[in-house]
Amino acid sequence: MAISRAEVEKVALLARLLLSEAELEQMTVQLGAILQYMDLLAEVNTEHVEPMAHPLEITNVFRGDEVCESLAREAALANAPHRDEECYRVPAVLGET
Amino acid sequence: MPLWDATATELLARLETGEVSSVAVTEAYLDRIAALDDRVGAFLRVDRQAALAQAERIDQKRRSGQPVGRLGGLPVAIKDVLCVQGEPTTCASRMLADFRPPYDATVVARLRSADAVLLGKTNMDEFAMGGSTENSAFRLTRNPWDLGRVPGGSSGGAAACVAAGMAPLSMGSDTGGSVRQPAALCGVTGLKPTYGRVSRYGLVAFASSLDQVGPLARTAQDVALLLEVLAGYDPADSTSVQVPVPRYTEGLDRPVEGLRIGMVREHFEAGLDSQVEAAVREALRVFESLGATCTWVSLPHSKYAVATYYLIAPSEASSNLARYDGVHFGYRTDERKMLAELEAQRRKLTEAGDQAGLDALDTALVRLYRKTRSEGFGPEVKRRIMLGTYALSAGYYDAYYLKALKVRRLIREDYQRAFEQVDVLAGPVTPTAAFALGAKVHDPLAMYLFDLYTVGTNLAGLPGISVPCGFTAEGLPIGLHLQAPAFEEQRLLCAAHRFQQATDWHTRRPPLEAGAAGGPVPPGSQQGPDAHGTV
Repeated sequence: MAISRAEVEKVALLARLLLSEAELEQMTVQLGAILQYMDLLAEVNTEHVEPMAHPLEITNVFRGDEVCESLAREAALANAPHRDEECYRVPAVLGET
Repeated sequence: MPLWDATATELLARLETGEVSSVAVTEAYLDRIAALDDRVGAFLRVDRQAALAQAERIDQKRRSGQPVGRLGGLPVAIKDVLCVQGEPTTCASRMLADFRPPYDATVVARLRSADAVLLGKTNMDEFAMGGSTENSAFRLTRNPWDLGRVPGGSSGGAAACVAAGMAPLSMGSDTGGSVRQPAALCGVTGLKPTYGRVSRYGLVAFASSLDQVGPLARTAQDVALLLEVLAGYDPADSTSVQVPVPRYTEGLDRPVEGLRIGMVREHFEAGLDSQVEAAVREALRVFESLGATCTWVSLPHSKYAVATYYLIAPSEASSNLARYDGVHFGYRTDERKMLAELEAQRRKLTEAGDQAGLDALDTALVRLYRKTRSEGFGPEVKRRIMLGTYALSAGYYDAYYLKALKVRRLIREDYQRAFEQVDVLAGPVTPTAAFALGAKVHDPLAMYLFDLYTVGTNLAGLPGISVPCGFTAEGLPIGLHLQAPAFEEQRLLCAAHRFQQATDWHTRRPPLEAGAAGGPVPPGSQQGPDAHGTV
């Protein structure tokens, strides 16, 4: 199935990407070709087949509910691109129009 | 024989008797890197002083009679997707150019406690997405056998450094073939363990239900040695499995007599290069001469493996890579510039009275995310995030993601049926030998289709190994692919070891000494202008 440029723009927003005009153009063509290839799967009869999300039939693993040491604040903030003494800094979110 | 040309097993024996020191071995590889890596480009970073200091500590331990760990001072190269505490861990992405992890990956911690010397970080496709290492944001890696060709990927640096004698042991990761494929294209031995066999804690996530750390080396014996150190349950990875770890290095000499090998019919069909096919068939004749039996088996859903994989892996990637938001760690766009642009857009829309445009305009926070991610990620990573986001989005989820999960089960059932008849599955690792730099950069689908023999192993969660089995007329290595049931790494290593005792493909070295210069770089094959030099 081909994908429209408008759909590519919408997906870019969902994916939190901002694509240039040239990228949008190229992505529409390339994703279209890739998705067309994926249509191959339509011919497989998957009625009564359970989806398999994981190679191990995993069960939940719980750790003991015990207080233990966690990453120190300074270590957690050490790689932050913008921070103050105790928090990550982001542009103002509240009070926008 | 120079030290760098010995196998890890040979070096270990000499280290243990005290005949050579870890400093001497480490120095031999560092010198090799200094002499050759300008041309090969396998490493992103090498810290000579730090490596020699580690080697010196291990030598002191041995001299003072203290017990020395399993790897006894052997150098190991680390793919730059594995976290090393306090050291840059970039995943060959601008996004993580300055990232220094607050902890070691479990496999890195295991290497340290086994007294390995961490030699340096190797180049890769950005976030392990790609099959040629051309998606690295930092440098191009060349195939040591032909500097005009790709080393494969995503663990291209990991394979190239072993092939060129710049490391005896190397750590890769394999999500759809990323250890086995570069091992095949560079003529080294590479293993993708069973899903859950090796901890993924500290392996930067690409596709969590498929990712697995895997060792590369010249021989199956060396791979067994490294796997012995890596394998085992880790409470920090809930998908690692509590299955006892065999002594992989013991019992390698077990005869392959009576081993039932299944030749995967679908992996010998149209698209397979005739020279690759001839080498693989010849390898199977070697196994027959050793007493194994070869029969044809079928994995009927093989033709759907690439489509299934390239829906599931990008879907998981789109979710995993959502963490790169420019807030917690990693790259962040220039905020002042971003806010000014947004304000200018707002003004323009207001003047034009475009209410719909104003309603659709990003908030400052959303724009921060979008600009950051668009500047931090390269084209292939963006493509996969887009593909995965699309496959998971409302209206397409059932037709793409869910459908792929169902076909994934059918693919695994194919393997289960095949392993009722045979002990291991055999075929080629790749449809052709190494391709030219730049040959597939503008055709993502062609690049994806190159993975058709390896992705099924990951979808089913099984172990697979690539073993050197010949060369093309142009002198390019060819890999034999062996796959086994879950947790039967021992069977693969044993078969590969017996094969290597009967053949000498794995002992060949690329002709790098001649001082051949690097071939021309085709346009578009290197996406990042800035190269991280080796120190």
